[in-house]
Amino acid sequence: MENNNDDHRLKKISIICAKGALEDVYATLVLANGAVMEGMEAKVFFTFFGLDAITKKRMKKMHTATVGNPAMRMPGGLPFPTWLGILPFVEAGVSAMMRSQMEKLDIPPVDEFLEMITAGGGEIYACKLAMDMFKLTKEDLSELVKDVLTVGDFYALAGGEGSQIIFT
Amino acid sequence: MGTKTIAGIEIQVNDEGYMMDASQWTPEVASELAKEEGIELTDKHYEVLNFIRDEYLKGNQLTIRKVGKSGIVDIKGLYELFPGGPLKKASKIAGISKPSSCV
Repeated sequence: MENNNDDHRLKKISIICAKGALEDVYATLVLANGAVMEGMEAKVFFTFFGLDAITKKRMKKMHTATVGNPAMRMPGGLPFPTWLGILPFVEAGVSAMMRSQMEKLDIPPVDEFLEMITAGGGEIYACKLAMDMFKLTKEDLSELVKDVLTVGDFYALAGGEGSQIIFT
Repeated sequence: MGTKTIAGIEIQVNDEGYMMDASQWTPEVASELAKEEGIELTDKHYEVLNFIRDEYLKGNQLTIRKVGKSGIVDIKGLYELFPGGPLKKASKIAGISKPSSCV
């Protein structure tokens, strides 16, 4: 702070979210919201399966993978066998449990989280290519999405002094 | 750490300027601390400050979301009242320690 010419503080982060599992989406949202809380600029670019987080029909149904997830544990800490994860409703149950645990920590649902980020001046974008691929239109997305961008548009927004790009 | 005299009261602050003893806080102290942040306090600011002090003194973790649900101000309004880091700035002006929450 003494020397303003040597200010290496982060001023802006641009986050790319390409995955649609609950933990990937929440990592993105926590980082983005944390940035605006610190008075930084935040831009979030959702692409590929990450688009689920801003797709109206899907944003409230984020799941975590119970199959092929070696870090998955039972509530008591015992290993979570993969065969259990393939049973009907197990993934939905585990995901609901995670969401309720997060609620206790005051971590909001995805739609409310997006509102918090945009209320603080953060900006939400969708990837044009991925939308074409998944046959999505702007109407399928949350009203909080500011624009649909090409990768070039995204880079154009992501520049500036003290800025970083994060891929979650 | 250090002390500074503000609104006629000698207060202890840490390196980042947060008050070390919330009981030394007065509305006048808040007004001076706010000026250091470039904020002129209104009644709305004081409502927010009193809310977060109450929550803090009850031992509750503060989050932006909690303030947004307080009925005093929505989240957008909170950012407008305390621009550039609302929870940290409001905590500093409210004379409580730096918030340790990630949301």
